[in-house]
Amino acid sequence: MDKNSSHRLKRRWLKVAHFIGLFLAMLVICMPGLWIVLSSLRPTVEIMAKPPVWIPRDISLDAYRAMFGGAGQGGIPVWEYFRNSLIISITSTIIALIIGMAGGYAFARYKFKGKSGVFLGFMLTRAVPGIALSLPLFMIFARVGIIDTHFAMILIYVALNVPFTIWLIDGFFRQVPKDLAEAAQIDGCTRWQAFWQVEFPLAGPGIASAGIFAFLTSWNEYALASQITRSVNSKTLPVGLLDYTSEFTIDWRGMCALAVVMIIPALTLTFIIQKHLVSGLTFGAVKG
Amino acid sequence: MAPVTLKKLVKSYGNVDVVHGIDLEVKDREFIALVGPSGCGKSTTLRMIAGLEDISGGIVEIGGKPVNDLPPRARNISMVFQSYALYPHMTVRENMGFSLKIGKVAQAEIDTRVNEAAAILDLDKYMDRRPSQLSGGQRQRVAMGRAIVRKPDIFLFDEPLSNLDAKLRTQVRTEIKRLHARVQATMIYVTHDQVEAMTLSDRIVIMRDGHIEQVGTPEEVFKRPATRFVAGFIGSPPMNLNEATVDNGKLVFAGGQNLPLPAEFRSKVTAGDKVIFGLRPDDIYPTGHGINSGEATDVHEMELPVSITEPLGNETLLFITMAEREWVSRMLNPRTIDTGEMVKFSFDLSQAHLFSPETGKTLRG
Repeated sequence: MDKNSSHRLKRRWLKVAHFIGLFLAMLVICMPGLWIVLSSLRPTVEIMAKPPVWIPRDISLDAYRAMFGGAGQGGIPVWEYFRNSLIISITSTIIALIIGMAGGYAFARYKFKGKSGVFLGFMLTRAVPGIALSLPLFMIFARVGIIDTHFAMILIYVALNVPFTIWLIDGFFRQVPKDLAEAAQIDGCTRWQAFWQVEFPLAGPGIASAGIFAFLTSWNEYALASQITRSVNSKTLPVGLLDYTSEFTIDWRGMCALAVVMIIPALTLTFIIQKHLVSGLTFGAVKG
Repeated sequence: MAPVTLKKLVKSYGNVDVVHGIDLEVKDREFIALVGPSGCGKSTTLRMIAGLEDISGGIVEIGGKPVNDLPPRARNISMVFQSYALYPHMTVRENMGFSLKIGKVAQAEIDTRVNEAAAILDLDKYMDRRPSQLSGGQRQRVAMGRAIVRKPDIFLFDEPLSNLDAKLRTQVRTEIKRLHARVQATMIYVTHDQVEAMTLSDRIVIMRDGHIEQVGTPEEVFKRPATRFVAGFIGSPPMNLNEATVDNGKLVFAGGQNLPLPAEFRSKVTAGDKVIFGLRPDDIYPTGHGINSGEATDVHEMELPVSITEPLGNETLLFITMAEREWVSRMLNPRTIDTGEMVKFSFDLSQAHLFSPETGKTLRG
């Protein structure tokens, strides 16, 4: 065998190994998700079977039917939880984005006293585990009388998200060259117009991604929500999952069905916005 | 009508002054270049005129009115940035029409003016492209187009050519000159390239360390530099500058070589004075190969060995050792000269300069 063909063979083998490696990695990542979807469709007997039944024999949508069937029929008030989750996540995301944009822009563009100290302070808040705050939060909220309200959850999630959104958005504004805003001001814009006409559209994809992160954090958060929410008034979907556990049984099928329902909006949202995430809009603005 | 006047203009960052109270009058429709090495405050000065930088002291007047407190948009100026600063999310057409759109001009009028500018700059074919789809030279033209469309009183250029390659630079330079002739607006042009400054401007402002060294026409700053710095900065290759001592109608250099004291300066210095002697490469030439053949009045001849030759085709630069330094001489109609050859050089002392070593100012008075 000459050198060339042995080299070619080696490359082919490497390629195959590469694919196998990728396949295994994807399998590990996707398997739990797939298992949840499967489990939501089959009877408990199959879910609990040992050894596991890989190919489902008996598929039905009963769990979903029961879930949306209303509380009266032994179901869980999923619609209410869904509504709570949406209201809390969307509102807190919008507020976090507004604060994050203002803060990120300030950190990216202005010099002021104690800038790095303030920034570090924001980042340090991320170092505190949220659950450590749950007890003091519970006590304060109980005193103020906002336990089990949307407002309380929105407040918590805004506080949780703001440092991270500021940090992300600061980075995206830094990537927009300063010259552009200056050129816009010379072209007749006020500082405010220059921001909305030039800097905001260019940092837009970044701001959208910060928004997604904030939304997903709020949408998926469980630890704090489980302490502060009590009832249908404000319980979010992750907390609602627990309704499927009772004293002696766990309704695995129902739980998985609700998990699927939770995953779908998050996944759709990410898909819708992902094309904005990848666009390299700023290229060509200035020649470097 | 928009003359620009700077009165005692100061810029400081904290305790550090970067512009030290400069005074300057730019006449209406004048093309003026601010030139100097990096960090001399020329860009900062331009940005203060534009309103992009706060003024720490002094006054900027446009059209006779102080504009210190006016935002950039109220000064009716256009600026071409070194980076071009085109809006990447807009097409060429939108980029050029942006200022008019913000100014709420009717769409029909915007179209006419944008098309007009596009025709001037030969951009018709690229109107619907994004800046990222253009070459450097095209982006540069779009930036200029964006400036023209506004019909401003004043054009500001901040090193607009420094990102272009040498060939394109010459081409765009000519375009800028043509543009000035056409739009008849005041233009202030910042550059570190003395060739750009010389070729484009009516008057040149040479700056160093936040001070103005000299203001004058290209000819003035070349022929009669006010300071040693200007003498060394303007002209390529730079002027030969060397310390000398005045002694009995002669200039004595280190190493004992000497030249007669130029006639113009005889009354200005006394024996024993230390001076900086300056003579351009054009005014040192192998006898018979100079610019001034025949006309020069104060020529001194001296035989010197040539250490290096740099042939450029139409001329050759000769490096000679004089006063323990390397001096450059420019030979026109060159003949082949070998390294080490003894050549008879003419020193045209009517073109010589003397500067004070302490202040750096010319002794011409």
